Amino acid sequence: MAERVGVYICHCGSNIAGTVDVEEVARWAGENIKDVVVSKDYKFMCSSLGQAMIEEDIKKEKLTRVVVGACSPHLHEKTFRTACKNAGLNPYLFDMTNLREHVSWVCNDKEAGTAKAKALIAGSAERVKYQQPLEPSYVDVHPATLVVGGGITGLQAALELADAGHPVYLVERSPSVGGHMAQFDKTFPTLDCSACILTPKMSEAGQHENITMLTYSELEEVSGSVGKFKVKIRKKARYVVEKDCTGCGICMEKCPRKIVDEDFEAGLGYRKAIYTPFPQAVPRTPVIDVENCTYFQRGKCKVCSKVCPTNAIDYEQQDEIIEIDVGNIILATGWKLFDCKKVPQYGYGRLANVYTNMEFERLCNAAGPTGGKIVMRDGKTEPKSVAIIHCVGSRDVNHNAHCSAVCCMAALKFGHLILEKTNAEVYSFYIDMRTNQKQYEEFYQRLLEEGMHFVRGKVAEVTDAARNPDEQGKLIVQCEDTLLGKQRRIPVDMVVLMGAIEPQADAKELGLKCGISCSMAGWYTERHPKLDPVATMTEGVFVAGTCQGAKDIPACVAQGAAAAARVQGMITKGKVMIEPIVASINEEACSGCRICNNLCPYNAIEFDPVKETSHVISSMCKGCGTCVAACPAGVITGAHFNNQQIFAQIDGVLWDAKPAGGNGGAAAKAAEPEPVAS
Amino acid sequence: MSEGKAKGKLAVYWAASCGGCDISTLGIDTKILDVAEHFDIVMWPCAADGKVHDIEKMADGEIDVCLFNGGIRTSEQEYMAQLLRKKSKVLVAFGSCASEGCIPGLGNLNDKASCFKTVYHDSPSLDNPNGVEPQPVTEVPEGKLHLPVYYDTLKTLGQTVKVDYMLPGCPPESDRIWDAIVAILENKLPEPGSVIGSNTTVCDECPRKREEKKIKKFYRTWEIEVDPDRCLLEQGLLCAGIATRAGCGALCPQVNSPCIGCYGPNNGVEDHGMQLLSAVASVIDSEDPDEIDAIIKEGIPDPVGSFYRFSLAQSNLRRKNKAGV
Amino acid sequence: MSNENFEPKIVGFMCNWCSYRAADLAGSARIKYPPNVRIIRVMCSGRMDPAFVTKALSLGADGVMLAGCHPGECHYIDQNYKAMRRYHLLKHMLAALGVEDERVRLFWRSAAEGEQLAEAITEFVADIKKLGPLHWPDNWEESDERLEALEAIVKEHEEVMEVNS
Repeated sequence: MAERVGVYICHCGSNIAGTVDVEEVARWAGENIKDVVVSKDYKFMCSSLGQAMIEEDIKKEKLTRVVVGACSPHLHEKTFRTACKNAGLNPYLFDMTNLREHVSWVCNDKEAGTAKAKALIAGSAERVKYQQPLEPSYVDVHPATLVVGGGITGLQAALELADAGHPVYLVERSPSVGGHMAQFDKTFPTLDCSACILTPKMSEAGQHENITMLTYSELEEVSGSVGKFKVKIRKKARYVVEKDCTGCGICMEKCPRKIVDEDFEAGLGYRKAIYTPFPQAVPRTPVIDVENCTYFQRGKCKVCSKVCPTNAIDYEQQDEIIEIDVGNIILATGWKLFDCKKVPQYGYGRLANVYTNMEFERLCNAAGPTGGKIVMRDGKTEPKSVAIIHCVGSRDVNHNAHCSAVCCMAALKFGHLILEKTNAEVYSFYIDMRTNQKQYEEFYQRLLEEGMHFVRGKVAEVTDAARNPDEQGKLIVQCEDTLLGKQRRIPVDMVVLMGAIEPQADAKELGLKCGISCSMAGWYTERHPKLDPVATMTEGVFVAGTCQGAKDIPACVAQGAAAAARVQGMITKGKVMIEPIVASINEEACSGCRICNNLCPYNAIEFDPVKETSHVISSMCKGCGTCVAACPAGVITGAHFNNQQIFAQIDGVLWDAKPAGGNGGAAAKAAEPEPVAS
Repeated sequence: MSEGKAKGKLAVYWAASCGGCDISTLGIDTKILDVAEHFDIVMWPCAADGKVHDIEKMADGEIDVCLFNGGIRTSEQEYMAQLLRKKSKVLVAFGSCASEGCIPGLGNLNDKASCFKTVYHDSPSLDNPNGVEPQPVTEVPEGKLHLPVYYDTLKTLGQTVKVDYMLPGCPPESDRIWDAIVAILENKLPEPGSVIGSNTTVCDECPRKREEKKIKKFYRTWEIEVDPDRCLLEQGLLCAGIATRAGCGALCPQVNSPCIGCYGPNNGVEDHGMQLLSAVASVIDSEDPDEIDAIIKEGIPDPVGSFYRFSLAQSNLRRKNKAGV
Repeated sequence: MSNENFEPKIVGFMCNWCSYRAADLAGSARIKYPPNVRIIRVMCSGRMDPAFVTKALSLGADGVMLAGCHPGECHYIDQNYKAMRRYHLLKHMLAALGVEDERVRLFWRSAAEGEQLAEAITEFVADIKKLGPLHWPDNWEESDERLEALEAIVKEHEEVMEVNS
């Protein structure tokens, strides 16, 4: 029996109708495509009225197939599938044609847009006839969640979930949770002490009965899929037995080896070879830095072992691989600082009193190497003038196109702290002042009142080459003041570079392990930039905080909580739907050639040595279709993307490419004999 | 002849083919007498008399079964295909040539001009001092004489007329031919349009041990000492058995010779060569584009001959681009 | 055969996760590119069967574009490498069948590369325009001699039949 196809073309206001003659496409489809019995256009197909129209037609016109030409299926495929389902039509008997992203928005010319729309609609209409009803399957969601990254975002996400009663594994690669926020002194715009608001959360997480904290650990491998991930975590050897260590700190005190702390103190302070990154670290168990430990390097010392009251030091400790089962994964892996040496004209690394923003955070931190005193590299002289240069590595085509979102406010914060703690003049060199969150603009006004100087322009150079006695012994900031419209040279004692927030260097690698992708720059790609900012293309994997894009602390916290809420929804629901788009093997016709056996990265194809045939374990199949295309015997079928469907779609999109008389392709294979023989 | 039951009419014809199909048909041995018992053989150019005129005089559909071997390369063959189609109830594309073009179909890598150039001008064993080529029309005092016109492209029987069944193989094995005859006699033919034969591939009949498919290098048969027990493809020999319909009993692989694909594709496979190509390419053991290219170009110097030896004419593209001949 | 008015018909097979989304992104960003590529979505470049390509050409496509995630970044771990292998072998075959190299091409474009996908389409369409139409089904046409000869057979046979009767 012939199918009864309904075709619906959306105007999307003028989004589609602007460059596609939607009425003409609908008319044409109704008159020219075989088996199309209803063909309509409508202002907004996705509206409830649009959906109701489809539902009504399915019932009244007894439609057996539905095609909607509208936006990308990634936006509204679900909507229309649901509409079909509501009207009693299996949702997989529907196909969506992308007339907006792939046609109207990329075409200039209405004639060309209309022609392309017709071809795509013809492809869908031919394809849909071969689609088959499918039933999705469901898997149970494991109640545990993996949170990767123990910064403020990861902590927030972990606590939300743990407080709701769900088990959480919190993995952090450094020896303590806390992240960058632990390095800050004050937080803008309220100027509350960063440690004061962060450390309670750290210890709460450390003590929470539902949180298993795995610090000094890294994600090794992820397998499985939503609801039932299997994760391997490498717990690096600390050389201190966590369960025996009381965190008394005597080992750190007595350790004879002192090293410049490049991580937490940003190179301005020191730590020991056995250390915790900072006093309030969670957990309090220190780690031994093997590269710098005298015992590990020279074979003798063992001071830490001798002084430890609980014999917690274990020089033989090995990395440990921990395997866990989780239902969902939240990545909150944060950011890294731009390498300011990449802008050599600003002199970082060459001119002593040029600092990065992270160095300066430590410099003004009461718990930092100078006890919060703002002094220059000599350790005693207070600067009389400080220049803060914005957008170092941000908004710069040579480095990062993006705005790092927090530097303007951080610069204002620095300005305030300098003015508060010293008598220095403070100059801010900015391109645009971006203070667009709650209380931010007010903070900017406050700094204007406090007497911070603002120079609008991108700094050309920071140099110590003086041109006159006033500049002697100073760092001279050369800049065009675009408000005054003239070049300025401002001599200062200290320069702070507001380095960009960049994606972690291994973001891509970690993303691949979890099956999610990055933007060109390296930020994780969210499912939808506006409507689904913490979900990703991979079900069960969420992203939150600065690994998704530069943002400030409130936004990170909100995203951490949002990701947790999404996961909680999954856990509460208990089951997750699995698309029935999987491969299957007709075992009766399978000859067991074993071509497919090695092609599946999920090991979903199994060979039965007795029957000498292969079969697909459908719960493990993710539906890529690689085995379908590879099966030399043509006995593997890919549901919803089978050969018949795709060949029909090719035929459809090329409806106007065939020679007159329909001599081409499939038709020609069974060509009508010309009536010559008598 | 059994009493009371009218004998059926059988026609056997050959077009562009080697005659192997006829020999294989005679290979059913004394069972040919059973065939003669049930059918009047109205035409069989290789084994029995029969005139085109007599066929032309028949009513449409008067012949019960026509076994047509060979592809369509000339106007005469096309005429006969149309004639026999009209006069037969059941038309069987018999053997690889009729079904998918077979070796004559490889002529589709050339066109008429280049085929004639080789055959009538360049062939080393040729004695044609005047460079004569056959002409479709010759004027003589009595009128015009016609020779069949040679086509640029060999077509399969199915591309020329509607075919009811296909019997694969080059040639079809005698046993399979007998199976088909029995099916015809017992009225147990499958659904019209289908292939009379198995729905598995040669691997199903091949006794070799199959383990892991990963190909780092393709070899020709003389380049390696073949392990007699292990899958040939796994040893780097381009064996088409994975993609080729069963029915032959895996004769070639059993004597250390890779399957060359004469039984055509399995059910539901539209393009034999592409399916084989896709499968073989999938298991090339490299992720480096240059290495992949090197493995392919060194190991498969003749891709058409390797993947489309029997099925070029029936493939999606059917022939080489004329612009490139 | 190439001319300025020639608008090639091209089929583009794009993977659901990277290149199809790159095309979505190009749309959202309103990047204009030629309308010649008709996109067919498949879940993965690993689903791309070489027969899809020859099918499209046999149906009159002037070119076929394949696009998937970058090597090493496949949504299905490493399936795009299988697409890569098939593509190389397919190209080897197409060369033997006289299909110009530029007519079938594989691109790697991530979901973030809307602009790059649009560039690839623009470049591909321009190259096909330069080549001119392919129109593969014309390859199957025979010369007029064919019909004349078929008619002559019928006529001759009729004459002989008359003589015989």
